[in-house]
Amino acid sequence: MADAIIRMKDVNKWYGKFHVLRNINLEVAQGERIVVCGPSGSGKSTLIRCINRLEEHQKGQIIVDGTEITNDLRDVEAIRREVGMVFQHFNLFPHLTVLENLTIGPIWVLKTPKAEAEARAMKYLERVRISEQALKFPGQLSGGQQQRVAIARSLCMDPKIMLFDEPTSALDPEMVKEVLDVMIGLAEESGMTMLCVTHEMGFARKVADRVIFMDQGEIIEENKPEAFFDNPQNERTKLFLSQILH
Amino acid sequence: MSTPTQLVSTEKAPSSSVGVLAWMRSQLFSSPINSLLTILSVWLLLATVPAMVDWFLISANATASTADECRKSTGACWAMIVEKHRLILFGLYPYDEQWRPMIATGILVGSIILSGWRKLWNIWLLVVWTVSLTVVAILMWGGMLGLTYVENTQWGGLPLTLILSTFGIALAFPLGIVLALGRRSNMPAIKSICIVYIELIRGVPLISLLFMSAVMLPLFLPEGMSIDKLLRAQIAIILFAAAYMAETIRGGLQAIPKGQFEGADSLGLSYWQQMRLIVLPQALKIVIPPLVGLFIALFKDTSLVVIIGIFDLTQAAKAALTDQAWRGFSVEVYIFISAIYFVFCYSMSKYSQSLEKRLATGHER
Repeated sequence: MADAIIRMKDVNKWYGKFHVLRNINLEVAQGERIVVCGPSGSGKSTLIRCINRLEEHQKGQIIVDGTEITNDLRDVEAIRREVGMVFQHFNLFPHLTVLENLTIGPIWVLKTPKAEAEARAMKYLERVRISEQALKFPGQLSGGQQQRVAIARSLCMDPKIMLFDEPTSALDPEMVKEVLDVMIGLAEESGMTMLCVTHEMGFARKVADRVIFMDQGEIIEENKPEAFFDNPQNERTKLFLSQILH
Repeated sequence: MSTPTQLVSTEKAPSSSVGVLAWMRSQLFSSPINSLLTILSVWLLLATVPAMVDWFLISANATASTADECRKSTGACWAMIVEKHRLILFGLYPYDEQWRPMIATGILVGSIILSGWRKLWNIWLLVVWTVSLTVVAILMWGGMLGLTYVENTQWGGLPLTLILSTFGIALAFPLGIVLALGRRSNMPAIKSICIVYIELIRGVPLISLLFMSAVMLPLFLPEGMSIDKLLRAQIAIILFAAAYMAETIRGGLQAIPKGQFEGADSLGLSYWQQMRLIVLPQALKIVIPPLVGLFIALFKDTSLVVIIGIFDLTQAAKAALTDQAWRGFSVEVYIFISAIYFVFCYSMSKYSQSLEKRLATGHER
């Protein structure tokens, strides 16, 4: 893949003695949408958290948009400007209003003038259909609303890549859809490169270009969604799918 | 949630659970032990309050012109305070110039009150303090604008206490933040320096630090060089308070969930931006109650400078008691300065409560 925006080559990581990522090789093309799934503890969150250095890999090479992730803080900060991340627990800043949550990155990191940052923030809040909550604090919103704010916060940084780390796992069931709808809209309208750790198989079928299955720190199987769900090759994949699809 | 809708019928609470009698029954006489405690408390109040009111107000003498006249009354001799208040408030400052420390005190108190006003929490606060401290310095020292020069060894009383504690709090607080961040740093050298500093200072009483600053430090300084005694005491107070504040602030830092750091990381905020914009505002809010406790303690601890002969409010009060003509009224004098300390400490406490309320953003679970 010549135009790969993310390249991971023989990436390994250990938590103490626990080998959490084993020889990960992954190339993600610009605009590609990837769903990562697998049983808990399989290393899927760790994998995508390595891409913006929330976790440090100990062996191998990760290149994001032409920059290799090293200990050099400037490189890490440059990559984080390009890569947006949405967390399981939203990680909004509770002491700031929704609007301030959205403008803090643009104002301080991208040095955008305040008025411009606010205008863009409102645009993205409308896009996630929550602009009327702009002056509230995150603690006053529901989980689904908070997660939509978190998505808008990442978008305000104008990232090339969006990482989603189980964005719907902490939500009440009736709020999952509103978040997934926003993510689907994002995938269909923007052409953004997306890596998404999720168990929402409907979402995977609908938007993913590729599904990656991980177990025990390895990528076991990867395929187009139809082939992956309808005709899994590996025994562990079959077992996993039978468990989550009933 | 609290607005009743038409769908739900609203029913009043039964009358046995409202009203004065019900309140008394549930709050004062709910059990035999509770009733006993209520009766004991009432007895205690009846036994003490009338006597206190009598001593403080009814039999007190505030107008006597001599001590002997005062001794005839059975109540408090407030005339003593009337007689000595300038010595207590301003110490040994030249009598005819005492309007200067009085105005300086007013300016300091005014600036402190202004600092509590959130609209001013920007560059204006710096302007306010620069102007007010310049004016205070000119007033206290003089030597210009036709004011006679007054050495700071002659300063005393309330302005001195205020100066020591204002600078103490204003400088120990940022130093405490730096130490707290340093103690949590990943850099081993910075981390160990901060730990050693904090543990050393916390292991030593303030009195011994003050002694060291007054007695030992001059021995180590080169010949001919001397640092002002007041300045040395001020530095000792700042260094001492900063170590305690650092640990309190560190507690607040540890209460910030890891997700906050990750959220800030993922936006590409640098370390100092994260601390300034995300972590410290939340951490400091959490530790407002213990932090203000330390501020209050610092305010009162400034009275320890008496042991190295600095003439603060407490020392000035002791000086007032040495007057042979007015012997025997120490209780009144100590009540007077206690009242002054109380007004300042209680104001700080009240302010911290209102600050906590105003900073609440509904995420407290």
